Amino acid sequence: MSSAQSKPALPVWIDVAVIPAINIVLALLASALVILAIGEDPVQAVEIMIQGAFGYDEALGYTLYYTTNFIFTGLAVAVAFHASLFNIGGEGQAYIGGLGVGLLVLALDQWLNFWALIPLAIVAAALFGAGWAYIPARLQAYRGSHIVITTIMFNFIAFVLMNFLLVELLIAPGSMSPETRSFEEAARVPYMHYVLGWFGIEAAYSPLNLSIVLALFACIFVWVLIWHTRWGYAIRMLGFNESATIYSGIDPKKTIIMTMAISGGLAGFVGINEVMGVHNRILLEFTAGAGFTGIAVALMGRAHPVGIVMASLLFGALYQGGAELAFEVPTVTRDLVVAIQGLVILFSGALTYMTKPWIERLFAALTRPGNTTAQAAE
Amino acid sequence: MSAPTQHTQDQATALAIELTNINKAFGPVQANRDVNLAVRKGTIHGIVGENGAGKSTLMSILYGFYEADSGKIQLGGKPLKIQNSRQAIESGIGMVHQHFMLVDRFTVLENIMLGAESGARLNESRDRARQELQRLADEFGLNVDPDIVTSELSVGLQQRVEILKALYRGAEILILDEPTGVLTPQEADQLFKILATLRNRGVSVILITHKLQEIMAITDYVSVMRQGTMVAERRTSDTSKEELAELMVGRKVLLKTEKDERQAGDALMQARNINYFDDKGVQRLKDINLDLRSGEIVGIAGVSGNGQTELMEILSGMVPLQEGALTLPDGTKVDSSTVPDAKDFRNKSIGHVPEDRLKSGMVKAFKAQEAAIMGFHDDKAYNGTILMDNKKVEAHCLELMEAYDVRPADPSLKSANFSGGNQQKLVLAREMERRPSVLLVGQPTRGVDIGAIEFIHKNLIRMRDEGHAILLVSVELEEIMSLSDRILVMFDGQIVGEIEGRNATTQKLGLMMGNAKVSETPEEQAKDLQEA
Repeated sequence: MSSAQSKPALPVWIDVAVIPAINIVLALLASALVILAIGEDPVQAVEIMIQGAFGYDEALGYTLYYTTNFIFTGLAVAVAFHASLFNIGGEGQAYIGGLGVGLLVLALDQWLNFWALIPLAIVAAALFGAGWAYIPARLQAYRGSHIVITTIMFNFIAFVLMNFLLVELLIAPGSMSPETRSFEEAARVPYMHYVLGWFGIEAAYSPLNLSIVLALFACIFVWVLIWHTRWGYAIRMLGFNESATIYSGIDPKKTIIMTMAISGGLAGFVGINEVMGVHNRILLEFTAGAGFTGIAVALMGRAHPVGIVMASLLFGALYQGGAELAFEVPTVTRDLVVAIQGLVILFSGALTYMTKPWIERLFAALTRPGNTTAQAAE
Repeated sequence: MSAPTQHTQDQATALAIELTNINKAFGPVQANRDVNLAVRKGTIHGIVGENGAGKSTLMSILYGFYEADSGKIQLGGKPLKIQNSRQAIESGIGMVHQHFMLVDRFTVLENIMLGAESGARLNESRDRARQELQRLADEFGLNVDPDIVTSELSVGLQQRVEILKALYRGAEILILDEPTGVLTPQEADQLFKILATLRNRGVSVILITHKLQEIMAITDYVSVMRQGTMVAERRTSDTSKEELAELMVGRKVLLKTEKDERQAGDALMQARNINYFDDKGVQRLKDINLDLRSGEIVGIAGVSGNGQTELMEILSGMVPLQEGALTLPDGTKVDSSTVPDAKDFRNKSIGHVPEDRLKSGMVKAFKAQEAAIMGFHDDKAYNGTILMDNKKVEAHCLELMEAYDVRPADPSLKSANFSGGNQQKLVLAREMERRPSVLLVGQPTRGVDIGAIEFIHKNLIRMRDEGHAILLVSVELEEIMSLSDRILVMFDGQIVGEIEGRNATTQKLGLMMGNAKVSETPEEQAKDLQEA
């Protein structure tokens, strides 16, 4: 009789498209109230944000550059989600991933060209990110220390460690700011406007670089891993039902460690985009909150690569458009833009399912005429 | 075959509760369709039906968990609207759930007055509750020490506390949902005595069960539900188990399993001196010795929680051995120094249908095809070097579904969307189609419809006839007795008795399950029976 107690399932398209869209509209309405409250025109503000995010090619470049980071961290959180692990440590894993990239490049950029460096750098990013996730994963698997607590703590440890390394050890000789020396040109991931230039397409400068291609490959990797391999099968089974893994001869402890290592590795790729793609050196807090935004991205994207790409694009646009808004309208401060971003995270992350009961009821009412009892029967 | 219930005028006045034309739909699923139910005052009214027939939905409507889409409820002839369980309780309807709603660490008294305290000061309401409890104990013979902590009570007594809770709140109509599932036969008999007393004192009892012998033993009237509708109401004395089974399923059903006598062969799996301690250091298994022989079904009887689960987990490799040794079908010896897992045991030809399919035997959120390869997901048949061959997985699932008549035969449907019987058939198909030398089966027919039970039993007998060894754990004594060649009784982690399947009776097993001594030789057994 359990079947009788569950609500009718909503069609997939409502769950993945309509509900997120409604959430965004609600978030924008709430933001409009805030903007009205400080005496500005919300419609104009939205226009500025959209124009600032997509209106010209430099803006679009910035938007996609942020998007790249969010795809990496969103995928990282999503992979862990599938094993029902809440990886809050994307920020620290991305930061340490960048350290791996930086150390490798600092050691080898005198001798190797870009095409020899990039595969090594990708491996270094993944290994350092995975390593930073491995410790909390091991503590969770063998000691039962909750992964949420340990990954949060590992973010702080990463910040302090990087402060120490950049101030004391890696700082460029004679420099006043805690940064490493700049890398050789060979270690630069090509900017997208260069790449487009090779094909004769003119584009303005933006930090967008070829890392976005790596991000799209990472999406395909996650999709294949989760739904088309026996390892993904084990990850999902662990997420749904831990006793079933023991019954099936899958070791939940090893699966936790494997999942978190993959998750941390994906977050580590932020280091490629930031360290090798844009700054060309390691500097303090280059991750700029991408690891935390990844949580909202994964929630909103329903832990599916396609959803994550779309959610990343939305957050990329919010970051870039928000910056533009703060610049164009003086009364809208940087803090207010953060508040608007927070509202979007609130509505599409924390309150994801707030509207679901109403939509279910509406859907049930709309589909009631002509219903059948076919499913009620055995 | 079904006649709508008709009442003459004087009968109608004696109705405790009457439900008329109740409809309830969950989306496209019509769980209740024009259901009528009339319960006469001071009677025990049974409701039977297969899983998904709509019994629980109907009772949830009566108890205020759901509101009916349409229909009428009349209490003692007066129309009544029940929107939540508080209103139901105030109207004198009480419910004893299948899973008890008790606070383990509270005393009996505290549990009974919980939510029905009279005023802010606890000691006042406690005194009042104590008086009232004494009155109920005197009137109905429901004696429970009010100051004992609930977790220290046996399951049967906890159920009594649930009944007292309902009566304390003034219940005149008592609903019991599958009340005997967790009881020994003796405890069930006591429950029935209590229900008979309640009936004689004018309480109306609604008994939901799938055990037809209970319906025949205790009820005055019985209603049969099928696919959301009420198909028949009978006076219990005018009907039979066979007729009820046929009404439930809609076709003739074989209730008795047929099997030939058979000589057991060599031992395929052996367990020696198994001891097991849980996380808290409590000893769950004590010196278990067991031989599973070819061509033999060994049944394990016992009230659940006496070590059956732990034994199954050890024999299937889910839990590593702590003390003792196992010999697997291929001759491998396993003891506490080896750390195999369930996959190794499975590869050594041990199949395992877990007791609780939803806890470990399947994953509700998985597609059927994914659930159909659990434990075999590493198999070369379904995997390339890296990629899993979802086409082959699907084809395999479809084969299983056809062989075991799993409906709907849709490998991409989520496991949760199959009925309990079809989920169980899929699990059985997965474990049995590989023809393991040893098959461990826990509760093979829990929550399964009568029609499917017949099918599952036939398949188990067929495997035994082919020379496989089967270990059967079940809380249904009828099932143990009709299938097993040899029955072991477990009590408090030990095997306390062994009896040939053909010599077993409910009474003997019941005594052994309560750990009373049962004589071994036929002469002594005869004497015991005379004394009993």
